[in-house]
Amino acid sequence: MAGIVELHVPALPEYLQMVRSVVGAAASTGANLKPERVADLRLAVSEATTNAMEAHGLSGLEDRVTVRCDLSASRIEVEVADCGPGFDPNSLPSLPDVNSPDRLRHESGLGVSLMHHLTDETIVESHDDGTAVRLIVHFGD
Amino acid sequence: MDFGHLADWSSVLSDFRRSVRNQWVVLALTGELDLGSAPRLHQTVVGEVASGHHHLVIDLSGVDFMDSTGLGSIIGALRRVRSHGGDLLLVCTEQRVLRVFEMCDLDRIFVFHVDVDSAVGTPVRV
Repeated sequence: MAGIVELHVPALPEYLQMVRSVVGAAASTGANLKPERVADLRLAVSEATTNAMEAHGLSGLEDRVTVRCDLSASRIEVEVADCGPGFDPNSLPSLPDVNSPDRLRHESGLGVSLMHHLTDETIVESHDDGTAVRLIVHFGD
Repeated sequence: MDFGHLADWSSVLSDFRRSVRNQWVVLALTGELDLGSAPRLHQTVVGEVASGHHHLVIDLSGVDFMDSTGLGSIIGALRRVRSHGGDLLLVCTEQRVLRVFEMCDLDRIFVFHVDVDSAVGTPVRV
């Protein structure tokens, strides 16, 4: 099965669960994609969509966040796009070692590394007028 | 698809149940712990600590999804109770939730129990 599903959701946390559900349902139509990998993709999408919603919230933007699922015979690619001010994905601050007492002072900053961990490919393209995160999972792996 | 008109999805977000067992305040969460529900956990923990309850058990048995925002609220809870000489124990057996701790290497700084009985059997350090 191949096709595209595109969502335009308000940048409100109430819509996160729906985004996860739709992406999970789309990914489940992919041949041989194990439930564990679908769960991983749902989590990665939650991370990307959370970042997008926060980017809009911090900037006072009322634009909607776009989540686009592109399903082919061999893979699913989910793009999460926002209109926030962007950031440099290569200069994310590193977190203190887990044994350091300072580690507990960092409640955020885990999302991008989780996305890389959970997908086959995570591509972050960020500019002054927005960020697009592409999350790619290959079927049959 | 444009979903801006849709009604309330918040019913799927986490709910909380509070109880006190031995000297532990047990906060049992159900649902999903993410950007929508994490602020409520944060506020609940702030309220407990302000009321002098520094020994908390967060029961994640009923949580079927947690992302890094949810994890961040639990990190904050641990820091908050420890700063008051207290402690935080977690009850969690859901592999998908445990995996988030593991992927972030944070399973090493939390104490996990398989059920609430086990957690509240832990002596409170005064």
